[in-house]
Amino acid sequence: MQTDAPAIEQGGIKEFKRRPDLFRVLCWVASAATVAMLAWIIIEITRQAAPSIQKFGLDFLTNSKWVPNRNIYGVSPFLIGTVVSSVIALIFALPLGLAIAIFLSEDFLPLPVRQFVRFTVEMLAAIPSVVYGLWGIFVVIPLVQAFGAWAVVAFKDIPVLNSIFAPPAYGNSMLTASLVLALMILPTITAISRSALVAVPGTLREGAYALGSTRWEAIFGVILPTAAPGIVAATILALGRAMGETMAIAMLIGNSSRLTSSLLSPAGTLAGLLANQFGEAEGLQVSSLMYAALLLVVITLFVNIAGEAVLRYTQKKTAGIR
Amino acid sequence: MNTATAEPTDFFSGAKAARSSARSLWSKFLSGICVGLALLTLVPLLSIVFLVLKNGLPLLSWNVFTELPPAAGMTGGGFGNAVVGTLLMVGIALALATPFGILSAIYINEYDPYSRLSNAVRFVAKLLTGIPSIICGVFAYAVVVLTTGGFSAWAGGFALAILILPTILLTAEQALLGVSKAYREASYGLGATNFQTIWRVVLPDALPAIMTGIMLAVARAAGETAPLVFTALFSQFWIQSLREPTASLSVLIYNFSTLPFEHQIKMAWTASLVLVILVTIANITAQVVFRRR
Repeated sequence: MQTDAPAIEQGGIKEFKRRPDLFRVLCWVASAATVAMLAWIIIEITRQAAPSIQKFGLDFLTNSKWVPNRNIYGVSPFLIGTVVSSVIALIFALPLGLAIAIFLSEDFLPLPVRQFVRFTVEMLAAIPSVVYGLWGIFVVIPLVQAFGAWAVVAFKDIPVLNSIFAPPAYGNSMLTASLVLALMILPTITAISRSALVAVPGTLREGAYALGSTRWEAIFGVILPTAAPGIVAATILALGRAMGETMAIAMLIGNSSRLTSSLLSPAGTLAGLLANQFGEAEGLQVSSLMYAALLLVVITLFVNIAGEAVLRYTQKKTAGIR
Repeated sequence: MNTATAEPTDFFSGAKAARSSARSLWSKFLSGICVGLALLTLVPLLSIVFLVLKNGLPLLSWNVFTELPPAAGMTGGGFGNAVVGTLLMVGIALALATPFGILSAIYINEYDPYSRLSNAVRFVAKLLTGIPSIICGVFAYAVVVLTTGGFSAWAGGFALAILILPTILLTAEQALLGVSKAYREASYGLGATNFQTIWRVVLPDALPAIMTGIMLAVARAAGETAPLVFTALFSQFWIQSLREPTASLSVLIYNFSTLPFEHQIKMAWTASLVLVILVTIANITAQVVFRRR
């Protein structure tokens, strides 16, 4: 191609090509730094946690005592609290989020109404966590207190329920925190489930209708099963979000390290523990908090990787149907 | 998709019709429940908006932006220092995170989309979005607070920067993906280098969408509390330097909400109102800028 070009120009082109693209180098450095960031976070937190890891080892996970003035640290109540609050939040948020996602992807009501509901759910995602906390203190806590006072009497003689709703009934409780948490993860569940439902090819729905199914027979028999992996991904990612949620929980759950079976008692989560104690911590308490933070990172990373994996599988699968 | 296709049961007759109408009734019943549940979500949102307005408006005046927070039990005052602190730390976060985010996005989209590094960047960015915001605070505490020996605006800004880096990176990547391939080819066809193409053709075209990402990041960072509680901490005073504890709106709400004084609680609501307005403005700006593209 270059054979009949003048020799000088050929040399020029070669020289030009050999000149390193400094901008490319700069971009490469930024990319490498981004990847290194995650590693740096994990390494730094592990390094700071080292004294506590050496002292307590894996007992840290099973010990239920967190007593800073005696330098005894164990996170099992917080670990359990994190899992329980997130799971309860999911139990509330999943049916609701799924209903909204179906509502948004069907045509029950005219488009403007659906757009308004969609906008509302997106607004829920934009409200800062502390505002949820403040709202929870003045709205959800009184409601839960009233419910709790009723529940401890009503469920007194029913075997399992009487330990879940055992007296005394507090407002700052696991139940309060879980309810607000459910509201906070609703946008995540709705958004991801909705895009999974919308991605179901219209031909499948039309096929179901052609075979004589009603709208909900089509939804339960065809549309939901096709979108199921996406909904599973939404659930997992929402779980990860719930486990890391901090401020609203710290304001509402009561931050207790006592482990009880009652949802009406104060409890604690890993994230709430960090928010409450880091400001005034010293010595071994700092490294124990770092250890707790490390646990939180590992758990949420694991949950998120699982969620992403399912999401990727979904996208591949639905791409195949089309 | 319309109602006619949704109810094909009308075409049947006799015994079949009885069964079909039961099915269609059941279907209608489920539709009603679904709509009801969807509209139910409006209740908490309306409740939040209503209460923030009702409790926040009475104290909202110019004074809250110019005065310092009242001491425990005192009345009057405002949270001017917290507004300044929030804006300042969001600014620091943007200054730190934007270059990394955009340059990484350029690398993974323009230079080497299919390389191992690019896939790693995408994967890590996704994971970073999933990391709890409080972990950004813990990391900033370890890296900045422990090494400099104190709480500071730098530490708070650094924590927020890590929080928004993945937002900026991923939205910038989408913005660059949206630039037509023909533009790039035309630019190369005219003899432009990689750098000239990116700088003069691709970036200007992607700029509105990149700005959208940045505004979303601002909205996210302004509302966050967890990364700030033990990095920037709080301060009763106007900020003197970036090396000292700094007030922010979100931490003010958190601190005041647990105080037993009615005036402080009202102040927390007013601060919530200001914060929600700030976040909403950032979000709307993001949408509007994006639409214009």
